[in-house]
Amino acid sequence: MPLLGKCGMKYLDEYRDGEKVKAQLRALRRQISRPWRVMEVCGGQTHNLLKSGLEGLLPKEINLVHGPGCPVCVTPVELIDKAIDLARRQEVILCSFGDMLRVPGSKGDLLSAKAEGGDVRIVYSPLDAVKTAEANPTRKVVFFAIGFETTAPMTAMAALQAKRKGIGNFSLLAAHMLVPPALGAILSSPDCQIQGFLAPGHVCTVSGYEEYEKIAERWRVPIVITGFEPLDLAQGLYLLVSQLEEGTWRVENQYRRSVARQGNLAAKALMAEVFQVCDRKWRGIGLIPESGYCLRQEYAELDAEKVFRLEEMPAAEPTECIAGLVLQGRKKPPECPAFSRQCTPQHPLGAPMVSSEGACAAYYRYRNFP
Amino acid sequence: MCLGIPGEIIEIWEEGGLPTGRVRFGGILREVCLAYVPEARPGDYVIVHAGFAISKVDEEEARATLAALGEMRDEIPG
Repeated sequence: MPLLGKCGMKYLDEYRDGEKVKAQLRALRRQISRPWRVMEVCGGQTHNLLKSGLEGLLPKEINLVHGPGCPVCVTPVELIDKAIDLARRQEVILCSFGDMLRVPGSKGDLLSAKAEGGDVRIVYSPLDAVKTAEANPTRKVVFFAIGFETTAPMTAMAALQAKRKGIGNFSLLAAHMLVPPALGAILSSPDCQIQGFLAPGHVCTVSGYEEYEKIAERWRVPIVITGFEPLDLAQGLYLLVSQLEEGTWRVENQYRRSVARQGNLAAKALMAEVFQVCDRKWRGIGLIPESGYCLRQEYAELDAEKVFRLEEMPAAEPTECIAGLVLQGRKKPPECPAFSRQCTPQHPLGAPMVSSEGACAAYYRYRNFP
Repeated sequence: MCLGIPGEIIEIWEEGGLPTGRVRFGGILREVCLAYVPEARPGDYVIVHAGFAISKVDEEEARATLAALGEMRDEIPG
């Protein structure tokens, strides 16, 4: 029986083979002698662990906690408020990834701004936003550039194309965030109980894993770069538990078919040309130094915050939502008093209930809560 | 968000100064920017995120991942 179902695609189906996954889990079970608390960083991994049922097949000694790797969940409310402000302006076309539309800002979300007449358009690629600007020369097109290292190269290419072609009506609301500083922030917390990490395979495809080696060394914590299919996740956990049982703390690469140690050099070169590292507030977590990408001075003409002279406004977040604790792996979704009561995917209080990668939405969808 | 799907490059051309490819995902064809995988050729598989290929799938490593880890070799039936 395949886990997650067969899709007829090479490099996916093979890694969903139920027998192989079960054999890997048997090897894992033989390896484990005591409880371990480990975090899968990426929301895509959280989602697949629950959707495939793999989480329920794991040895009871493994306590999996879910990490902050859901970009729409950690994009700060202040930037969502700015995007909503822009979307409400007559002259603006706001382009965004679809996941972002229902994430609550201080008041409402992008979808309600659209319902009220704002021109909000969903794009699949940042290059589509550049094309929208070319096709609408009398309007001002803003791309809401969210996402981790995986997505930042696409925004960098959009910025480069807009600059090269001299497209004057295109700008970016830059909200990119970097994963390693967030892991550092989680590990620095005095009550941190995480003993090992499954690191995000697609983030590392772009960034490589030299930064993760520094984290493993500094906090003496094993890290396994892991893919997304059930067999990848089972192997990642096997490698991680093997290290924990041995008492070692290396970075290992389970997702070698996509990840090289140095990452994607072409993507990194363009990111370095367009972005500089800046401090960034993470929703529910707080300010993390040097955890974001802002546009370099040379690209200031594309910076929507400067183009539209956006002002800093205080943001409001619902008080009962414990999304911040969930995103740091300190609480699980069902521990929230609002979970599946006031907060559901239809009426989300916090971002992790909106996104398909959010831990709250994954628990709600795949664990049959009332 | 960081979803990446493997697909096969069918053909490659240049568009707006960028290498672009038609990539097949199961039964679906999509145009994908190949600027970040300059070494990729038709027939190669790439992992695609937000309209861009972010890596060329390493076939040998892909096969190795399917093979044993730990004591599995004797255990996989068939």
